[in-house]
Amino acid sequence: METLLQQIINGLSLGAIYALIALGYTMVYGVLRLINFAHGDVYMLGAFSGYYLAHALGLDGNPSVPGAIVVTIGAMAICAVVGMLIERFAYKPVRHHPRLTALITAIGVSLLLEYGGQVVFGATPRFFPQMIESRTYALGGVQITNQNLLIILVAVVVMFGLEFIVHRTRIGKAMRATSYNLQVAKLMGINTDRVIAFTFALGSALAAAGGVLVALAIPRIDPLMGLMTGLKAFVAAVLGGIGSIPGAMVGGVLIGLMETGLSATAYSTYRDAVAFGVLILILVVRPAGIFGSTAVEKV
Amino acid sequence: MPVGRKLFFITLAIVALAVLDQLFERGFGDLRINPYYARIVSLAGINITLAVSLTLINGLAGQFSIGHAGFMAVGGYAGTYLTVYHGAAIASFLGGTPLEGPGSVLVMIASLAVAACAAGLAGLVVGIPSLRLRGDYLAIVTLGFGEIIRVIILNIPAVGGATGFTAALPITSFFWIFGVALLTIVVVRNIATSTFGRALGAIRTDEIAAEAMGIQTTRYKVVAFVISSALAGMAGALWGQLFANPLNPQNLNFVKSIEVIIMIVLGGLGSITGAVLGATTLTVLPEALRTFDQQFPGLRMVLYALLLILLMIYRPQGIMGRRELSFAWLRRSTRDDGPAAPAAGAGKDAADG
Repeated sequence: METLLQQIINGLSLGAIYALIALGYTMVYGVLRLINFAHGDVYMLGAFSGYYLAHALGLDGNPSVPGAIVVTIGAMAICAVVGMLIERFAYKPVRHHPRLTALITAIGVSLLLEYGGQVVFGATPRFFPQMIESRTYALGGVQITNQNLLIILVAVVVMFGLEFIVHRTRIGKAMRATSYNLQVAKLMGINTDRVIAFTFALGSALAAAGGVLVALAIPRIDPLMGLMTGLKAFVAAVLGGIGSIPGAMVGGVLIGLMETGLSATAYSTYRDAVAFGVLILILVVRPAGIFGSTAVEKV
Repeated sequence: MPVGRKLFFITLAIVALAVLDQLFERGFGDLRINPYYARIVSLAGINITLAVSLTLINGLAGQFSIGHAGFMAVGGYAGTYLTVYHGAAIASFLGGTPLEGPGSVLVMIASLAVAACAAGLAGLVVGIPSLRLRGDYLAIVTLGFGEIIRVIILNIPAVGGATGFTAALPITSFFWIFGVALLTIVVVRNIATSTFGRALGAIRTDEIAAEAMGIQTTRYKVVAFVISSALAGMAGALWGQLFANPLNPQNLNFVKSIEVIIMIVLGGLGSITGAVLGATTLTVLPEALRTFDQQFPGLRMVLYALLLILLMIYRPQGIMGRRELSFAWLRRSTRDDGPAAPAAGAGKDAADG
């Protein structure tokens, strides 16, 4: 019973990270119908921005909570700008091309960030500074570190914040309109270019937050860290129903729970395959995902 | 084409391949090819098979698979497994060993057949769920499939796990590499010019309209995908048994799939000759850039990525577009400035009018 609870806690914190990244996939897909393959690499950039910021602020060795908050917000800002730049210089020129062209471009951007990262940051893993002193709380036999607690808390806060932005603000309304029909939204006077840029900025900032949080809990960062995590987060978005914000959250948590659940069994070596097995299963059983609605294809 | 001419061309191809095989593998007396160049030519042949087979699904059917290395791995491991564990028994039917004698031919054929079947089956399993849906899902499923295959291979001790399949026998030769490449080109070209190819073209242009015209879209897509995977599997079997080049899960990863995609995108998505051109370029170019690679490790992949993005933005049709390089096309273009071509065109127009 205790091990089960322990696994659930671990799964929740892993799932919260997938959820944070999945939100970015789902938002961009909702607006542009594009799988932004580079999103996982923006998450990696977030971790590296955090790394350099923490070193610049001298947080290496003397942990402080306000410093950690500054680093996180700084990394989010950097990645928001990077996300907008990617959209402006890579995706915007191919927006009216066939979707395949956009997809290949996205893969190109992803490769550029990964291998560019290897050239700039070096291929060997870096160790992220301990910005927050590690503490472990024991609740009736179940252990939880303050970092894992923080990850879950931040994910929940972000989820509510995002729901607020999308459903209660002007730009959120514009996002929903663009996602519903880009052409018509444009005709109604919505500056869709700005909405798309904002979507990219928002999604990238969330991925950056995920990157810094992960680096706090598991301080090994390398330029390819976003590849697998990004793909699994995408699966999470599809599982929850791509285009749906609560779906991304639920999908992320489910994938996290399944992975940690499998790690505890004899099949732990198959851990990396579980997300893709789930993906194939969901495409057979319910392609729209848990929260998605089946849309009728129109000509 | 009449049966007689077909047989003539097949015999001609086999004789030509046998002569070239002798030249590249052993040489004629003093006339020998530098083994380093022979190796590059062999790799180019395997890459041609991979690129042309991917053209079938990414170029002709307009779907998007980014896990070609996964099917290559399935075929490679299945074919090599057969050679390593049952090769001696198969070879003894005709006499000889897997490496020499008439039995070696049988072993190679059996190995290629098993590779094609295994990879084709994998293509069926992956294709049926994902090809029912729109294009993007195939991309992500094939990508995930490559990863699943890698994890599964790591967990099978009989094929070497993480250390790679070091027991593989070097039975691949020039003859088989280019025999399979030729077969792939003929198969894909014949599909492209048949009713099947027209159906795939319709699906690529507008899937909903194609369905409305009575084309069973899922069925055509799945069949094309299975054929493409089977051909990739054969390429895998050739690659896995090419001299001391042990199959390793690390070699057949996402990067290999991306390389094949860049080959066909560079050559022109949908053009078979373009795929051949792209595969050859991207095999020879990295070798030419080898010293550059040693000086700036990793920069080659950065350049690939930039090339891919810039191609998509400025020339999404690649070098060839959808055109094919053919003898007729060459003749037309060399005669371009002469009076014959325009005159013929004008005559035709007049007749039409």
